[in-house]
Amino acid sequence: MNDSRFATRSELIGILVLAVFLVVILPLCLDVFRLNLVAKYLTYAFVALGLVICWGYGGILSLGQGVFFGLGGYCMAMFLKLEASSVENTKIQSTPGIPDFMDWNQITALPFFWKPFHSLTFTILAVILVPGIFALIIGAAMFKRRVGGTYFAIITQAVAAILTILIVGQQGYTGGINGMTDLRTLKGWDIRPDHAKVVLYFFEVGLLFACICIAQLVRHSKLGRILVAMRDQEDRVRFSGYSVANFKIFAFCIAAIFAAIGGAMFALNVGFMSPSFVGIVPSIEMVIYTAVGGRLSILGAVYGTLLVNFAKTSLSESFPELWLFGLGGLFIAVVLAFPNGLAGIWGDYVQPRIGKLMGTRKPKAGWTDNSVADGAPAE
Amino acid sequence: MFGDYSIGDLGSIFVMQGFAGLILFSVYVLMALGLAIIFGQMGVINMAHGEFMILGAYVTWMTSNFFQSYLPSLFSGYFFLAMILAFLASGALGMLVEWVLIRHLYKRPLDTLLATWGLSLMLQQAYRSIFGAREVGVELPQWMLGSLHVTDSIEVPINGVFVMGLTVLITIGVAYIMFRSRWGRQVRAVVQNRIMAGAVGINTAKVDRYTFALGCGIAGVAGSAFTMIGSTGPTSGQLYIVDTFLVVVFGGAASLLGTIASAFSISQTQSTLEFFMSGSMAKVLTLLAVVGILMLRPQGLFALKVRK
Repeated sequence: MNDSRFATRSELIGILVLAVFLVVILPLCLDVFRLNLVAKYLTYAFVALGLVICWGYGGILSLGQGVFFGLGGYCMAMFLKLEASSVENTKIQSTPGIPDFMDWNQITALPFFWKPFHSLTFTILAVILVPGIFALIIGAAMFKRRVGGTYFAIITQAVAAILTILIVGQQGYTGGINGMTDLRTLKGWDIRPDHAKVVLYFFEVGLLFACICIAQLVRHSKLGRILVAMRDQEDRVRFSGYSVANFKIFAFCIAAIFAAIGGAMFALNVGFMSPSFVGIVPSIEMVIYTAVGGRLSILGAVYGTLLVNFAKTSLSESFPELWLFGLGGLFIAVVLAFPNGLAGIWGDYVQPRIGKLMGTRKPKAGWTDNSVADGAPAE
Repeated sequence: MFGDYSIGDLGSIFVMQGFAGLILFSVYVLMALGLAIIFGQMGVINMAHGEFMILGAYVTWMTSNFFQSYLPSLFSGYFFLAMILAFLASGALGMLVEWVLIRHLYKRPLDTLLATWGLSLMLQQAYRSIFGAREVGVELPQWMLGSLHVTDSIEVPINGVFVMGLTVLITIGVAYIMFRSRWGRQVRAVVQNRIMAGAVGINTAKVDRYTFALGCGIAGVAGSAFTMIGSTGPTSGQLYIVDTFLVVVFGGAASLLGTIASAFSISQTQSTLEFFMSGSMAKVLTLLAVVGILMLRPQGLFALKVRK
């Protein structure tokens, strides 16, 4: 792999193919309803992308990505909810001008932490900073004390449980189990009609590619190589004089911020946010998207997310009983048989054949030189 | 928050809440014992632990139904048979799972987490398909109903006392097996140094399999005990899995005593807080305290000094 390059040629082709697929093919082939579904799936792709950096490269399995997805989503939803609860819209409430669920819970004034969310600038900053700082605190507390591996996974899981219980319990401030529903406009621009959905879809795809580019930059920089080295031989990196904890914190924060952007886009695209995207179950499901796509493949994360979600929608529509068996089986199969996911299958079986057909020998892509099975983090 | 109660009332409240906490403590200990063996000793993250517990609960339910229809005269004693069956069923399933799944993943602890999560999803759906989505409750024999009146303001339910007695017995049994028997010595030898243990003639693969099966079997017994204080549904196991992991981690993963101490402190904190605030806030505060303490003291309450 060459130093300081943004992407190898085959990766560049891969990014272009994905761009054509998302920007041209899908919008042409799907109606607006289905396109909106894709937009919903792609919000999870942000999370999966973050997990590639954090888990695939950094070796830090976080089972609490739903927390950051949720924080980002809730920040955005709070802004949209405030806009939807203007005084004219909420005249019938006993206290006009506050969100409906607060009125139902006998809250008469807007809580202080809601007030800044009247401003879009603040909201956008909050979407990135709130989860980022939260991840920084968790990461600093854990990694500085050299807690990692399974312990970290369990503690992030506990954090996901705590936040879910908190959101559900504090109904008056958060909308409870139903979440924040009935989100309408963004700065006066209605997000519900079809053309808005299409615009939002393209906006989201743009953001996704920005994140892919950041991930590529991280991966091909010295930073990315230190992450991989750390995953495989943490002590050697530490003895070489690098601060392992800081690199881990960085990877965890990037993953958190990506997840938060996904969450904010979710609130915009789907029009609501609820605790069912925060807890343990969705958090682990997000990990499986990454695992299916290939935990070392940036583009694989996007394909994995789309594939699992398409399978989920179509299977649970037609055979609801089979879906959990399918998902469970997928977890086991990916872990046992295909630890490098779709990207591994592509790199091991498909790409060599294509190379043969084309008559050229392509250089092997990045994922084959650090496959998961031999490079498992030492505990 | 204490202002409205007299001293006597407060005393009774603490005793009653303390007792409710003790029942929660028993469930935590029973679940955590199995997990302390599987996670603490073997290092396998078994996310399907709750489902092994629920298997025990369903076995107990089926046994009670069987006794009700065919052997009503022996109904008062069905529970003891049910517990043994629950242990065997969960243990057998555990052995199968170890053979099919876990033994390939000992070197990748994070991947066992994903694989066993997949297993838990499949088991949940299997329970839903076989037993239905509705929660089932076990009919308790007559002698377990009712409560003991200690004073006129304090009363304790008999089934709670029974579960607690059971917990004590099982804990002593597990401690004996792990620390006093020849087999327990082999388990600890394999955990501490697999290669050396193999070199001195211990069949490590077999020890792994039986250790995993024992942990799952204890989960089954936990499920069996659980039926006496709550109803069983396909997803009941998932409710407890995070708490149980926290109990084990908080206690210091390799320490049996630590597991018991942490189960005690977590359950007592939660049930005492529950009286003064909503259940969800009590849970949030308890979990936050646990996570906070773990951040300051990652090795847990009782850390074994082991050279890694």
